[in-house]
Amino acid sequence: MNASLRSTVTLFALILAAALVLTACGTQAQPTSAPPTSAPAATSAPAATNPPAPTTAPAGNATPTNPPPTPNGGIIFHSSQFAPVNEAETMRNVILKDAPMLVDFQPQAAGPFVDIPLAQQKAGKVNIALIGGQHGDFPAFINAGLLDDVTPLLNKLSDRKFPETYLELSQMGTDKHYYVPWAQATYIMVANKDALQYLPQGADINKLTYDQLREWAANAQKGTGQRVLGFPVGPQGLIHRFWQGYLYPSYTGTAVGGFKSADAVKMWTDFKEMWKYVNPASTNYNNMSEPLQSGEVLIAWDHIARLKPALDANPNQFVTFPAPAGPKGRAYMPVLTALALPVGGPNRAEAEQLITYLTDPKTQTLVAQNLGFFPVVQGADTSNLPPGVKLEADAIAVLQSSPDALPALLPVGLGPKGGDWNKVYNDTFQRIVIKNEDIQTVLNEQATLMQNILNEVKAKCWAPDPPSDGPCQVQ
Amino acid sequence: MATPQYTGDALAPPLTSPLTNKTFARRMESALPYLLLLPSMLFMLIFFAWPMVQALILSVRTPDGAWTMQYLERMVRDVNFTDALRNTFLIILIAIPLQFAFAIAMGLLIQAKLKGSALFLYFWTIPLAVSDLAAGLVWLAVFSDRGFLNSVLRTTGIMPIAFSWLSYENYGTLLMAVVIAEVWRATAIVMVIVVAGLQLIPDDYLEAAEVFGATRWQRLWHVTLPMIRPSLQVALILRTILAFQVFAVVIALAGRAMPVLASEAYNRYAELNPNGAAVYALLILTISLVTTGVYLRLLRTSEAEMGR
Repeated sequence: MNASLRSTVTLFALILAAALVLTACGTQAQPTSAPPTSAPAATSAPAATNPPAPTTAPAGNATPTNPPPTPNGGIIFHSSQFAPVNEAETMRNVILKDAPMLVDFQPQAAGPFVDIPLAQQKAGKVNIALIGGQHGDFPAFINAGLLDDVTPLLNKLSDRKFPETYLELSQMGTDKHYYVPWAQATYIMVANKDALQYLPQGADINKLTYDQLREWAANAQKGTGQRVLGFPVGPQGLIHRFWQGYLYPSYTGTAVGGFKSADAVKMWTDFKEMWKYVNPASTNYNNMSEPLQSGEVLIAWDHIARLKPALDANPNQFVTFPAPAGPKGRAYMPVLTALALPVGGPNRAEAEQLITYLTDPKTQTLVAQNLGFFPVVQGADTSNLPPGVKLEADAIAVLQSSPDALPALLPVGLGPKGGDWNKVYNDTFQRIVIKNEDIQTVLNEQATLMQNILNEVKAKCWAPDPPSDGPCQVQ
Repeated sequence: MATPQYTGDALAPPLTSPLTNKTFARRMESALPYLLLLPSMLFMLIFFAWPMVQALILSVRTPDGAWTMQYLERMVRDVNFTDALRNTFLIILIAIPLQFAFAIAMGLLIQAKLKGSALFLYFWTIPLAVSDLAAGLVWLAVFSDRGFLNSVLRTTGIMPIAFSWLSYENYGTLLMAVVIAEVWRATAIVMVIVVAGLQLIPDDYLEAAEVFGATRWQRLWHVTLPMIRPSLQVALILRTILAFQVFAVVIALAGRAMPVLASEAYNRYAELNPNGAAVYALLILTISLVTTGVYLRLLRTSEAEMGR
């Protein structure tokens, strides 16, 4: 037995050696399938830095008439959107299945999403045919001169009737258009029907205020013995969007200007009060779908794509509603995703064809049905949405018809500083709410960091702040 | 179909005289080790040395090319820096001694040649095959509010109300959960090394000790442990270096509630701040190097001691 044991140990030693080499090579540990990291993360979201080999459409789908000179896996579609494994698979197996060419869909985490095209540009060898990202992702590429003007393509696609606001956004303040709108999304709130009994008296769930939300959560804690309000404060959660596009504009009417104002102090004081009823495991939630499904959380705020799994799984158990309103209105953050063409990218004709395909009303309907991102073109059929997506569409419709609705854009023009920007908000939260530091002191210190970022990238103010001539100023 | 033909050794010299042939063969022989080392050297240079130099540059140079200490300063003043440093060291200080105690105990059990001890080896090394993140997620399923642990406690009536083991408000239990997951995940590596070391001890030593009337405990303390010291040293260095990189388990279990050095490096990278990430990476490298140096000094096995 000793001999066999020895050989076993030798075998293990060998495996160990191999494992060590592998570990050493891969120390940046990729939390590939980390608790559903989720797509729209403009910022964090590790997701697969190296997504599984492109499988896209079966070879038979390539058009026989026009064999594209593509690499084996198809033309490369580099995307910051639909990065979680399930969404990426839906892109490959449903949305891109009937594309007119083979497409190698490569979703990336925020870091590599920006790094890869820039590195390829530096190396003079761009192999990405098409870039898909959020509005706020593109300035980094535009500053590097990496994006081609898509005005001619937009002219060809005039029958799509993209909303004027989006076309204007795509100009980034120039006379060119840098992207073609792709799909839109936003953030909403979801509640388990079990929580409705705790709604404060007289409160209308579609017209909630932040005070009522706090009261609701407090009642629910009293009733259930648990803290059942939840926010995605985990490492890949999108909580920074809550402060940037919901809480701040609702309380201060601005996204930047009023960062350290008296209104902001009131806002943080209120939020801290509300935090008493927030499930402390929130700091581990990357999306709210799982805690909603497990019942750990009964009331939650998150991106529609990240709420979709819970709503799909159990549409009858949940209600959707717009985020609450503050003293300055019911702020919300519309998210626009778009498609752009890199300068010197290969397979240009196919890439343009792919844009044409992706903005086709039928494809847009498919995206709405399967991924929960809503159409940006006219003529897409949204009458037949799955129940989960329908719930989301309803909340958005209520939101957009609210008289006090206040759209707040995703940060614009921060380019590579977008991550630092989000960190300012996350750190502010951590210092004020978790570490209990003095609110005004923290706001003053963090405001200096914000101003440095704004000055460095010379970012002008974005809605709802009034337009500025120079870099936006934190008051 | 053409059959590939053997075209001869590309390195073979033209056949001239037997003498030159001989010198060539001799030269080849002395160069051979280096030739064999070359691929791995190249690999190390391209994938380790060069990125390391790049990280060093990234950490002290702005994108405009100016030399700066601002990234280091920003790291030290970061709201999470002290927490990250403290958490990393705490995890290491608690987990590693536990891992070694368990590993040695497990190794000795296997060496005791009980019935089925080979089977133990297989079972105990299962965690080796599980990725960090998967291990973290397994333990998340145990410790989360609606996890197995709370279910068991509730159904047995020990704790009727769910306890938030992983809440930032309960630092103690959060740390405990991370340590348990780390110990579960990484003890196997230490154990394999310890078992290999144990098997190198000739039976004569233990028999001799027994003959001279040494108790079991004395044999362990004075024969076995000193004999496996080199193995322990290797295991300790490996484990400590890897522990400084602890990341996925903590991210899975604690999310944002327990920053560690590697997770902060990752966060900086995800925030599109490669310079900030590089400073953290360098800090981890420096700490690892210093610790390895200290270990090598402290655990140096002298000839005299070996012969004792």
